[in-house]
Amino acid sequence: MAFFFIFYPVVMAALAALIPSDRWRPWLLPLAGTLHAVLTGCVLARQDPLSETAWLALDPLGKVILLVVSLLFLFCSYYAAGYLRLRGERPNRVFCVCLLAFLGVASLAAWSRHLGLQWVAIEATTLVTAPLIFFNRTQRSVEATWKYMVVCSVGIALALLGTFFLAYSALHAEHEASLMVHDLVQHAPKLSKPWLHAAFVLLLVGYGTKMGLAPMHTWKPDAYGEAPGVIGAILAGGVTSCAFLALLRAYHICVAAGEAPFVSRLLVFMGLFSMAVAGLFMVGQRDMKRMLAYSSVEHMGFLVLGLGLGAPALFGTLLHVVNNGLTKGILFLSAGNIHRAYNSKSTEQVSGAMRRLPLSGTLFLTGFLAITGSPPFGPFISEFMILNGAFAAGHAVVGALFLVLLLVVFIGMGAAVLKVVQGRPSSAARGTSYRDSLLTGAPMLGLLAVVVLIGVVLPAPLAALITDAVHFLEGQP
Amino acid sequence: MSNSLNSLLVMVLMLNLFALGTSRISSVIRTVAMQGALLGTLPLMLHGHISIGVVFIVALTIALKGVIIPGMMNRALRDIKIRREVEPLIGFQSSVMLGALGAISALLFAGLLPLAPQHADTLMVPAAIATVLTGFILLITRFKALTQVMGYLVLENGIYIFGMLLVDAMPLVVEMGVLLDLFVAIFVICIIVNRINQAFSSLDTRRLAALKE
Repeated sequence: MAFFFIFYPVVMAALAALIPSDRWRPWLLPLAGTLHAVLTGCVLARQDPLSETAWLALDPLGKVILLVVSLLFLFCSYYAAGYLRLRGERPNRVFCVCLLAFLGVASLAAWSRHLGLQWVAIEATTLVTAPLIFFNRTQRSVEATWKYMVVCSVGIALALLGTFFLAYSALHAEHEASLMVHDLVQHAPKLSKPWLHAAFVLLLVGYGTKMGLAPMHTWKPDAYGEAPGVIGAILAGGVTSCAFLALLRAYHICVAAGEAPFVSRLLVFMGLFSMAVAGLFMVGQRDMKRMLAYSSVEHMGFLVLGLGLGAPALFGTLLHVVNNGLTKGILFLSAGNIHRAYNSKSTEQVSGAMRRLPLSGTLFLTGFLAITGSPPFGPFISEFMILNGAFAAGHAVVGALFLVLLLVVFIGMGAAVLKVVQGRPSSAARGTSYRDSLLTGAPMLGLLAVVVLIGVVLPAPLAALITDAVHFLEGQP
Repeated sequence: MSNSLNSLLVMVLMLNLFALGTSRISSVIRTVAMQGALLGTLPLMLHGHISIGVVFIVALTIALKGVIIPGMMNRALRDIKIRREVEPLIGFQSSVMLGALGAISALLFAGLLPLAPQHADTLMVPAAIATVLTGFILLITRFKALTQVMGYLVLENGIYIFGMLLVDAMPLVVEMGVLLDLFVAIFVICIIVNRINQAFSSLDTRRLAALKE
């Protein structure tokens, strides 16, 4: 099963490389996305016992991430087919091949129970997404791709060093050095403490770079700003979730080793710092997509903060991975449509999006309300749970800071979003040919439906999945 | 055994300082190639017996780190007109001093980390940390894209040294994955280096300044 998950997207990527027609090739994306979603549904429905020795197995944490990646890719793949039809002037072979390969390596990241293999998978996500950021082939996209490659490669190299340190902490404890998650968690209390601490710091910095935590977030606004909207969605919801999974594994091992206070301090600090930096740069931001990038930095901050708060906030944190991924999908896809219709992503030139593009404009506004934690959307529930967790864990100051930063971001982001959606469109914008179509509109509605569903009823299977994952992290069977 | 190993590691540390002190990009490439080739022989020194698998890994590492990647870099260098790193963020002599300081602090820091008995009298850990720091200095203080790529390679070399401590324990597959990733990363970076050159007619990353707040 695992092999199939990982190899069929790769085979389809090879197929995409062979198909000569730019018109038909993009249809492989929805095909792969639909198949992946169906398979994910089947795997999540089954309750297989977790194999302890297999390199590829799906534990509850992997299930959550696989679900996010699969759902987001499903909607994005239909959108991508519509997007590539609009961009008929550009060859899309590399685009399709890389996007399909991404699905394969992201699945590998979710399935791997071996930290070395997981590292390889996450490094591979950097490599396959770099050409996607470069799709427009402008000077600015060269710059963005270069920064993305250099910053993320260095980050991921540090994560490798951290992984080696982790293996050495086991070796030093005169155990067989192993990078299997199961072995490390089992022997966690006996791991050499100095090595474990050093390993966690390196892993946090390394995978934190890939997630885009401040101050290692510098690649993020550039990459999200220059990449097509659909790639922004994949990066903000898919790639970051995979990197967060790697961080979850490190957290799991450290907590099992009884090092929770040490890692908590680091995580809470990183989380608040990322939120503060994001808030700072979001106020007065004039570029829609860069604004979304800072929003992504902010939400990565939520995730590590929630992790740092520990048990009371874990459910909210894992739920927020799902909510953030899907809501970012709505925001990036609608921002991409607005960008296309106005030929600009600057809030000084874009106005009246609700008149010019009733669907995309409305969804952009709705996405903003959702991501900043307004009811009745999913992120409201998860952000509230993290906040609640902060007070429950006795971190009243952290909780208060969290609220203040939420408010700053709401005001900063709101000012920019309202400028975009309100008012009258300029005459230049009315002249462009783009109109919302089925393929570029429906995927956003699909994502919105899921986000509202989570916000209103929180489906029982999802709640069970996340409860499982929380128990798994806390080490209860 | 540990004598020859330590003298090899001292040579690696000297090469670090040399890479920091030179302004000619071609000699940085040559230095890093030499360092890579030296490090390629590490598994031979660490293993008591020499098997086909070890020889294969050694040959592959030397070919990649010592020949193929430097070859790619030299080809990129030939296509552009820049030969020297001019005006780094901090001067070459100061970089060497900084590198030396880094090596000393690596020695001190490594003292805090307990070592398994079989590695107790080797310089592996301080050499690894010092090399990683050298890579960082090159990445941060140099502005030519090619020198930054070399900085990344030095960083990778440092990680490779540490990986050698685990060579007995880690499966071959992971080693292969690491090497493969190194190769692919450099390959993609090379393509981008070419693109930067085409798009900006320069490999100076300071030109890449359109995207900022």
